[in-house]
Amino acid sequence: MEIHQKRMPLEGEERFSSGCAISGLFNKNGDRFSGRDAITSISVMHDRSNGLGGGFAGYGIYPEYKDFYAFHIFYYGNEAKRNCEEYLDEHFDLINLSKIPTQKHHNITDEPLIWRYFVTPLPTKLVNSQLDEKEYTARCVIHINTDIKGAYVFSSGKNMGVFKAVGYPEDVGEFYRLDDYKGYSWTVHGRYPTNTPGWWGGAHPFALLDYSVVHNGEISSYDANRRFIEMYGYNCTLQTDTEVITYMIDYLHRRQGLNFEEVAHVIAAPFWSTIGRKSEEEIAEYTYLRNTFASMLITGPFSIILGFNGGLMALNDRLKLRSLVAAEKGDMVYLASEEAAIRIIEPNPDRVWHPSGGKPVIVTLNK
Amino acid sequence: MTTIDVGSRAFDELNKEIRACTDTELVLNNVQGQRYIGCALSRRCITIEGTPGNALGSYLDGCTIIVNGNAQDATGDTMNDGRIIIHGSCGDATGYSMRGGKIFIRDSAGYRSGIHMKAYEEKQPVIIIGDRAGSFLGEYLAGGTIIVLGLHQEGKAPVGYFCGTGMHGGKIYLRCDTLPSDLPQQVSASDATPEDFAEISESLEDYCSTFALDKEALLSDHFFVLRPNSSTPYKMLYTNV
Repeated sequence: MEIHQKRMPLEGEERFSSGCAISGLFNKNGDRFSGRDAITSISVMHDRSNGLGGGFAGYGIYPEYKDFYAFHIFYYGNEAKRNCEEYLDEHFDLINLSKIPTQKHHNITDEPLIWRYFVTPLPTKLVNSQLDEKEYTARCVIHINTDIKGAYVFSSGKNMGVFKAVGYPEDVGEFYRLDDYKGYSWTVHGRYPTNTPGWWGGAHPFALLDYSVVHNGEISSYDANRRFIEMYGYNCTLQTDTEVITYMIDYLHRRQGLNFEEVAHVIAAPFWSTIGRKSEEEIAEYTYLRNTFASMLITGPFSIILGFNGGLMALNDRLKLRSLVAAEKGDMVYLASEEAAIRIIEPNPDRVWHPSGGKPVIVTLNK
Repeated sequence: MTTIDVGSRAFDELNKEIRACTDTELVLNNVQGQRYIGCALSRRCITIEGTPGNALGSYLDGCTIIVNGNAQDATGDTMNDGRIIIHGSCGDATGYSMRGGKIFIRDSAGYRSGIHMKAYEEKQPVIIIGDRAGSFLGEYLAGGTIIVLGLHQEGKAPVGYFCGTGMHGGKIYLRCDTLPSDLPQQVSASDATPEDFAEISESLEDYCSTFALDKEALLSDHFFVLRPNSSTPYKMLYTNV
């Protein structure tokens, strides 16, 4: 383990009766709003976190740079920054770079250097690589996270960004000044790490390209999933199970071309006995997906919210061992671990419901 | 009557104030997800406006809790006595390990309602759900009674998958015309008899008067009763090791 990861309190050093919290807010009309509502929502679930991680993903926040990949990077030391910038220079056109604006917060300490780069792949390098733009970019991100010591790209999509830290999520939101950003979609996570250290890179959301995942739960199948996904060029470097979900979704959706509904049927596949009672057509589809992607089944308790450009997907494990509530009001869709976290920002939703295990809630922008 | 405006205060502070209150009637306004409200309390009535947090009325010991809205997860966790009345729906694991008292839910309940509920002599817990229950209703049920009235379900089984999995005691009443398609072998289903109805008459009367329903009309419809199947009991799995 790296030295900067060792300084953080480890699992078991402190104990509170708790569990993670997630929340998501989405405007189907594409109207943009600040990160304030996400902060308010997650603050209601303060007791589900223990101060060892919080983070946000906002979509539609960089309209002026919407054609460029926005890399958010943690650096532990100037050498990491030099090495990483050298690598970025070799592989991308750097359109803009700056420190990510933060404000001092008494509960957020030991921050690494936090930088943001708007980049586009160097045309010649891209052609030579014989890869498409997204694959090229994803491989560069994985390279940095694996091979450049002390540098972690924690956000790499277009017109979206992840903001995360060690701390309570409401403090993390203030630290990153999320009042200053406007997006049509926000997800947020309050962390209570159970098996892995609380460090900046281990906070949620976990993101690759424009996919970001916030997760409450723990993956019993982590090692099986990790071994499978690492055969396809991904590297799990962030020491926590959620990371692998992000890569699995990238693999299934971007590389295999499954739609999100099908992705849900792979990672939260129903039991064979349940599949057996479906219609013939559904039996064929579910059986195909379970057999083809057998190593991509996620077992153990989870509720996740996946963010992507233009939408959100919420999903529970098939046994529904973690809580998830959804609500709608006009063009707004709300998702959260607890209903109270929705009602604090929308006291009178048109509809409130509890999604069933394994049944995704998918919302996308109106066409 | 004492009224507390709850707002964003911490759950432990709130519960201390509730415990310290000597008034028998308590109204909590603007509740924002505070946990463990009414934990282990007896002899008073708490009315809640807003959304109470998880484990509402855990270890409840005789108190009445009325929620004008929805409740979250683990309502009535290990409840011993008293009443919890929800004018709305509940999240998952309602009545988790409950061993006495009554929980009345006007609308629906989430997954695992009545998981590991148990009964002993005069301790006979009852959960009544108006519309529908999620999957794993009565999982590992060891005792007590769960009734799902299937309102607005058009006669379909008002439960999700895996109803009664691990059930080895107690009874589940379902008001519907067709059974769940995936009942485990260890559960047997039969049409409700007059004796079965007599057993739930008092609780149902209470439920119907609480939510202004016509008890006789409900009872004129078809009910199934689920019990542990004595010929292939889970009991054998658990005790004959």
